[in-house]
Amino acid sequence: MQFFSGLFGSYWADVQLVVWTLIKIVAIVLPLMICVAYLTLAERKVIGFMQVRIGPNRVGYWGLLQPLADGLKLLFKEIILPTASNKTLFFIGPILAIAPAFAAWAVVPFDATLVLANIDAGLLYILAMTSVAVYGVIIAGWASNSKYAFLGSLRSAAQIVSYEIAMGFTLVGVLMCANSLNLGKIVMGQEGGFWHWYFLPLFPLFVVYFISAVAETNRAPFDVAEGESEIVAGFHVEYSGMAFAVFFLAEYANMILVSMLAVLMFLGGWLSPVPFLPDSILWLLVKVAFMLFLFLWFRATFPRYRYDQIMRLGWKVFIPITLVWIIVVAAMMQTQWAYLFH
Amino acid sequence: MVFTDIVFYVLAAILLFSGIRVITTRNPVHAALFLVLAFFTAAGIWLLLQAEFLAIALILVYVGAVMVLFLFVVMMLDINLDKLREGFWEYLPMAGFIGLLMIVEMTMVLADKNLHPGQAAEAPVNYSNTATLGRVLYTDYLLPFELAAVVLLVAMVAAIVLTLRERRDSKSMNPSEQVRVKRNDRLRIVSMPAEVEAPEPAPAAEEKK
Repeated sequence: MQFFSGLFGSYWADVQLVVWTLIKIVAIVLPLMICVAYLTLAERKVIGFMQVRIGPNRVGYWGLLQPLADGLKLLFKEIILPTASNKTLFFIGPILAIAPAFAAWAVVPFDATLVLANIDAGLLYILAMTSVAVYGVIIAGWASNSKYAFLGSLRSAAQIVSYEIAMGFTLVGVLMCANSLNLGKIVMGQEGGFWHWYFLPLFPLFVVYFISAVAETNRAPFDVAEGESEIVAGFHVEYSGMAFAVFFLAEYANMILVSMLAVLMFLGGWLSPVPFLPDSILWLLVKVAFMLFLFLWFRATFPRYRYDQIMRLGWKVFIPITLVWIIVVAAMMQTQWAYLFH
Repeated sequence: MVFTDIVFYVLAAILLFSGIRVITTRNPVHAALFLVLAFFTAAGIWLLLQAEFLAIALILVYVGAVMVLFLFVVMMLDINLDKLREGFWEYLPMAGFIGLLMIVEMTMVLADKNLHPGQAAEAPVNYSNTATLGRVLYTDYLLPFELAAVVLLVAMVAAIVLTLRERRDSKSMNPSEQVRVKRNDRLRIVSMPAEVEAPEPAPAAEEKK
């Protein structure tokens, strides 16, 4: 310690801060990666049971080591670089896909005090990060120099940009209720039992948010960006080995992120549903797990949307619904029933 | 030199580099991506000034929406680079003159003593950049703000009207008609006897073989 403080001189405090922050980042990213790994297993198990199959059960007890085996397999596979591809961008694509998915976690609160960066514009920051995620897909599709990949990336970009608008409007409703952009304050605004959570007064917005979230993450039934039956695998058709795995990780990390946001903004975050039970991070994890289960349930239930139906749903159904409900909320706040919306 | 100074110089260097690459790179897609990088670093510099709303809005609007659509168009265009470069030396004197003019203007603005903000006031502890900006926009500057919104709306409607062309030969679907389709419009259920009469049992002689 003495040696280091001598080495850095007056910068010692800054260096300490940076190192301490890095440790905290690892403490968030590492469990997240494990969650992502086991979400893939959960997906195969859940969909397996829904289709009256067993799912993976060979590697470890109940297939518990399957994610590790998958990871190792992908790690040892050759990364093929298409000759006609744009080399630099081909590698930047996966990085740009996964970086925002992790960066957004900087402002996510896990508890009243447990948060990496407690910033005032937290909601805006998350919105900005999720909107940047689209670059990974676009760049990957273009740099591959393949028709299928390019079509997939165009589909995905158009879809993400359209649903982002509806998603942004639902967040406007939340911040009108909470009077704050800080995620911690939004959760604390829902204190006092599940009838105070925002999903009740903002029910249409909650539904629109979650469906848009499914569309944003390119999950079934909105997974036309992959569309195995039409364009093979969409934007990541040319990727193999670890580069492909990074796209996979980004998709699942994004799923966990949007589920977490849905829980924080509409389902009371770490608050317990009834006043006599203590608030704890366990509630948060249970709620997020339920939202993730819905993702898997959707995938096992619904057939893929047709592309024009996706666009119609986003632009002509969701955006009008959110606009009308924001006006309803704003009008109600001026009446004697305003307490219902706070 | 404090830590924020180092951050500022790093960001400024990246900003200048990416700004220069936007106009010097040959590939238009690379140019657009360098522009994205420039936006990002500019947002970082704004964050250093504690203007977090403007910084995030820059990323949200320009990086998240405008540049995505820009890339969309640039990627699909088949641009002939040599043709773009054709009149470069011809136009250079004119472009240089305009550039010089802009530099002179900027220097005059920046060198003006009255425009120097001096030391910025220390922000109070629970100061929220977003809330302050919102309050000012919707009270003191309400009219200009709404006017800007109306101008944008008019521009949007005009852009759609200008590019909207009815094509006679285009085949389109009516989604609401499709949604209203019921099972009975497409499917006819025919009732049939569930069991078919069993065929005659095979002769006993063959069975013995």
